Amino acid sequence: MSLLAAAGSLDPAARSFLSPTGVEIVFLLVGLAVLGSAVISVTTRQLVHAALWLVVALGGLAIEFLLLTAEFVAWVQVLIYLGSVVVLVLFGLMLTKAPIGRSPDANSGNRWVALGVALAAAGTLVTLVVDAFRTSWVDLGAGGGSTRVTGEYLFRYWVLPFEALSVLLLAALVGAIVLSRTGKGRVPKPRAGKLRAGKPVGTNGRAASATTARPTASTPPVQES
Amino acid sequence: MHLVYPAVLAALLFSVGVYGVLARRNVVLVLMSVELMLNAVNLNLVAFDAWLRDSLHAGQALTLFTITVAAAEIGLGLAIVLLVFRTRGTADIDRLTALGDPNEDAPESAPEAAVQNDRAVA
Repeated sequence: MSLLAAAGSLDPAARSFLSPTGVEIVFLLVGLAVLGSAVISVTTRQLVHAALWLVVALGGLAIEFLLLTAEFVAWVQVLIYLGSVVVLVLFGLMLTKAPIGRSPDANSGNRWVALGVALAAAGTLVTLVVDAFRTSWVDLGAGGGSTRVTGEYLFRYWVLPFEALSVLLLAALVGAIVLSRTGKGRVPKPRAGKLRAGKPVGTNGRAASATTARPTASTPPVQES
Repeated sequence: MHLVYPAVLAALLFSVGVYGVLARRNVVLVLMSVELMLNAVNLNLVAFDAWLRDSLHAGQALTLFTITVAAAEIGLGLAIVLLVFRTRGTADIDRLTALGDPNEDAPESAPEAAVQNDRAVA
């Protein structure tokens, strides 16, 4: 399979960590911003501020995608995460009557256990990753993730998952609508012959034109069937 | 660019998301932490795609799919959260104990309505 061939360099590169390139410096600075805003987002006691710090973290990640030459993914990240997911989260916070100010019980009782688990996971993963990829070097070439390249690989090799994903989105949409409908509050079926606010009801939704029915109480609604 | 930088950043971001999932009480904040974890995975996928340069661009394609699935997930998740909030009157995870062990005590800070609701169900 020549398609699955990886063209990147798997050989260890003799690059020093002490002389970083400009891309690496920018990546590190943006990465620090992303990490800091993520930490604030999961630790702040003001719930709406947590969602807004999440915007900073996700936007910083879009910059990181740009630095890794994945332009299209970066813009998709901005559109979907910053545009819709955060707005949905804010709507969810407001619809569940989240307190606006500082809420004292934002963290549950097991936060110290959670801190231990997170630190253990971080230690394990960072040790493993640093040990495995200490000498790997990414050759960043321009245009590796441009819109043209993305369209070519997406619609040449990944068409079937793409279409399956559209079906998944449709199912999620229908599911969300079904879940969020209230059983009560159904609109009552209009009964024929009843007058409501001077307008004839029961003509199958067709508004009576001005020539056939005048809004007087004595005129019966015209049935056109 | 050294591959270590995006990999370490993704690992740390994933751990921050793990902390948020375990330590938060509000369901919407838990969903936000899940989004952080998904984004850590996305960063890994993009970085390894740039490293391996395979001709299928599997990393970036899977990143796009992950972003789409995450959007569907947050929509469905918020619908479920709103449904739970409408029936239970709370969006806190540790107060939704209707399926829990009834021998264990309910949290002491739970409001009366939620506790009665739980008992009525159980």
